[in-house]
Amino acid sequence: MIETHAITVTVNGVAGRHTVEDRLLLSDFLRGTLGLTGTHVGCEQGVCGACTVLLDGVSVRSCLTLAVQADGALVDTVEGLGEMDALSPLQELFRTYHALQCGFCTPGFLMTCVDLLRTRPLASETELREAMSGNLCRCTGCTNIVRALAAAVAARGPLKVPAP
Amino acid sequence: MTFAEARPRFVGAPIRRLEDPRLLTGHGSFTDDHAPPRCAHVAFRRADHPHARIVAVDTEGAARAPGVIGVFTAADLAPLVRPLRATSRMKEYHATEILALASDIVRYVGQPVVAVLADSRYMAEDAAELLDIAYEPLPVATSPAEAVAPGAALLHPEAGTNVLLTRAFTRGDIDAAFAAASVTVSGTFRLGRKTPAALENRACLAEWDHARRALTIHAATGIPGVLRDALAECLDLPGTRVRVIAGDVGGSFGGKGSVYPEELAVAALARKLGRPVKWTGDRMEDLTATSQAFDEIVTAELALAADGTMLGLRADVLGDIGAGSIYPWTAALEPVQVVSFLPGPYRIAAYAARVRGVATPKSPTGPYRGVGRPAATFAMERLVDLAAARLGLDPAELRRRNLVTAEEFPYRTGSGLIWDRAGFQESLAAACDAGNYAALREEQAIARGAGRWFGIGLATYAELTGIGSRIAVAPGMPINTGTETSSIRIDATGAVTAAFGIAAHGQGLETALAQVVADALGCRIEDIAILQGDSALVPSSTGTYASRSAVIAGGAGALAAREVRRKLLRAAALLLEVAEADLDATDGIVRVVGTDRSLTFREIARAVYSEMGRIPRDRREDLAASETYDPYLGTAACATHLAVVEVDPETYHITIRAYYVAEDCGRIINPLIVDGQVQGGVAQGIGAALLEDVVYDGAGQILTASFVDYLLPTAAEIPPIGITHLELPPPDNLLGVRGMGEGGTIGAPAAIANAVADALGLAITDLPITPDRLFRLLASGETA
Repeated sequence: MIETHAITVTVNGVAGRHTVEDRLLLSDFLRGTLGLTGTHVGCEQGVCGACTVLLDGVSVRSCLTLAVQADGALVDTVEGLGEMDALSPLQELFRTYHALQCGFCTPGFLMTCVDLLRTRPLASETELREAMSGNLCRCTGCTNIVRALAAAVAARGPLKVPAP
Repeated sequence: MTFAEARPRFVGAPIRRLEDPRLLTGHGSFTDDHAPPRCAHVAFRRADHPHARIVAVDTEGAARAPGVIGVFTAADLAPLVRPLRATSRMKEYHATEILALASDIVRYVGQPVVAVLADSRYMAEDAAELLDIAYEPLPVATSPAEAVAPGAALLHPEAGTNVLLTRAFTRGDIDAAFAAASVTVSGTFRLGRKTPAALENRACLAEWDHARRALTIHAATGIPGVLRDALAECLDLPGTRVRVIAGDVGGSFGGKGSVYPEELAVAALARKLGRPVKWTGDRMEDLTATSQAFDEIVTAELALAADGTMLGLRADVLGDIGAGSIYPWTAALEPVQVVSFLPGPYRIAAYAARVRGVATPKSPTGPYRGVGRPAATFAMERLVDLAAARLGLDPAELRRRNLVTAEEFPYRTGSGLIWDRAGFQESLAAACDAGNYAALREEQAIARGAGRWFGIGLATYAELTGIGSRIAVAPGMPINTGTETSSIRIDATGAVTAAFGIAAHGQGLETALAQVVADALGCRIEDIAILQGDSALVPSSTGTYASRSAVIAGGAGALAAREVRRKLLRAAALLLEVAEADLDATDGIVRVVGTDRSLTFREIARAVYSEMGRIPRDRREDLAASETYDPYLGTAACATHLAVVEVDPETYHITIRAYYVAEDCGRIINPLIVDGQVQGGVAQGIGAALLEDVVYDGAGQILTASFVDYLLPTAAEIPPIGITHLELPPPDNLLGVRGMGEGGTIGAPAAIANAVADALGLAITDLPITPDRLFRLLASGETA
């Protein structure tokens, strides 16, 4: 018998109560239960980073996180970053620098970058490249993603403190 | 009129991509994003033996598991879907069958054997584990050498051999060339087995419409038209009742360029059950059951005169094609291209080569970025460097002496390919300029003096892109890869719809084609909706692969847009009572040149479609056209890559210190996109050179079935790439463009191999060159 649990999760600022199977992955909860298909699943074992979301402000692999672990938490996904006709500054930079091709890994890169921009100095290109190396992109060769992130670093001003 | 439409506004401009807003905000439409009601989810139970007889399948436990809708074996599917066969007119080729599910025999680990359908993917996977399949293991010959040996275990006994294809090329007197040579160099080279590894795994969703008795398939594929045609054939349905939609597709690189067993199974099951059926592959399924790549053993020998003139090239290529044919590319695509392209961009009078494709119990090889040319270029460019060392010539100078020059085009290679005018020599000069080659050699001398392992590697290659109807992409295939169709219309509101058969999966073709159409039609990019990735849009299309879409679909788009523009101007001339020659269209407005009189596309469209009487009935025509473009021959594209590497003497880690590409892709439609393709292609070539290796053990088990074991390059491994676009006269095709999506992957393995060989004075013959391989190579003391 598969156990279920009731959880309360706030996703992109909207709180909801759901009954989920214990084993349901956060990635499948977001995509299947909530229909937020912007979060993509590339390997289901935490290597590729396509499924990265923010859990209480910290980037996590949603394919290695159970939905029940998000009980009481704030989850942020790519859908919360900006709108089609009002992209966030980071999304604009990705577009300007042609930092995406097929777009499958892009949501994970964006959410990783949001976390990095909040918490890391990103003072050198080496640090920037190391920081991004937990996400795989097969299309771009990553160079334009690094450029977009570097432009975001230049634009962000002084180092921001981690979100509470 | 040639393109440029006199004064292009959009072609050539770094237009930000139209695809981006939806992809950046999570509003893309990938196959797995679709969740229709009552959808049944498939889990495949796959072969865990490389070669075995299926003795019995016990489905009882799985059938009783919670949420299970049905359990299906090959016997259940046999009446529903015919096998697929990738035939060819090629004489010495044995086509093997592609089945939805393995019947009787399994031939590679990962081959689908049983399909379990359940209410959720979780339940389907749970139930698939309850299946009990009894196998009788059969003998395996996993290495190509074993597989071609007399008495080897046969994977397809009906073929009588594991050698499923043989082909030979000869030109000139090869024995005389070698007899006359001052120097010969030779080697046996192997660019290891790779996998495309698109970030989105393969997936398909089939929906059966009872009312229309029709199937709609959403698939992560680059060839919706080919898949439509194949499904219509296998399911015995007319094309009107099979529609394949490839919405957003998360990369392919060739991996989504073939028809797969899972697609046959899912389509057949949706029709049988009368409800939506979805399969979304996981990464292990991708790494074990998506087409693999390269993996030829290339034994080659190059003969040169004392002054470095290349006289003759001999080669014997043994390609490990895996378990059999792949549809529609046969089993010949990859290995035959190695032999076709081995002479490269060089002037070589005599050529003699043989290629054999041998079946082994591994996932079949198929198209992967570069197809054949990465392995060919690796072997040939290593030979060039070996020859330069023997002759005491600089590697750049030896290339310069032998690359086909401008006066020699069109040049017919030893394998019969025809190179049209392209910047072979110019790319070499430009790459050396960009990298400051002379200064690099000085820097190298100093570094070597300090005991550092510092190497410089060049690779020059040519490829054939945008291939027209005269040559098929794979030899003898019964499908036409040489044409594309575009259908363009201005509707009653004045909006423009441009439909194509191609199917982009990251190349930004919606943007590039909008640029072409906007210029040819005289409207703004935002006035155009580009439709693609849907088999219902044009009568026939084979899709996006082989660096063909910009050349062929772009050409079709320009032809159709010009025809619509002519109709638009004819209508405007009647409405404005002026001569057509006095009219010009820009920004969606038709103006009488030299006056302030004008009509918008919208006004003209209303007059044509709605305001009856404004245009005489016998002069009224729809503002629509459909055109097919056939470039007939292929268009050469070429580049020289220059890699600078340093090897850490403690860890043997190879760092790419600098990387330059000088390439000739003809007229550039969108420089942002072109640079992105070069960067991405080189990154995959770096992976092929340093990291990526599909490994099967001697028993036929795959050891690299996760991203922990199959290593892709990341931001930390890929250097910035200095890109130079040669500004040369464009090629003769309609838009003056050359295909350029694959090139980066072709040049990089060779350039990096040459650089590592140069750093250490080693015979680099196998890629990837990993730190442990390098260590063992150095320990063995074998030098070039």
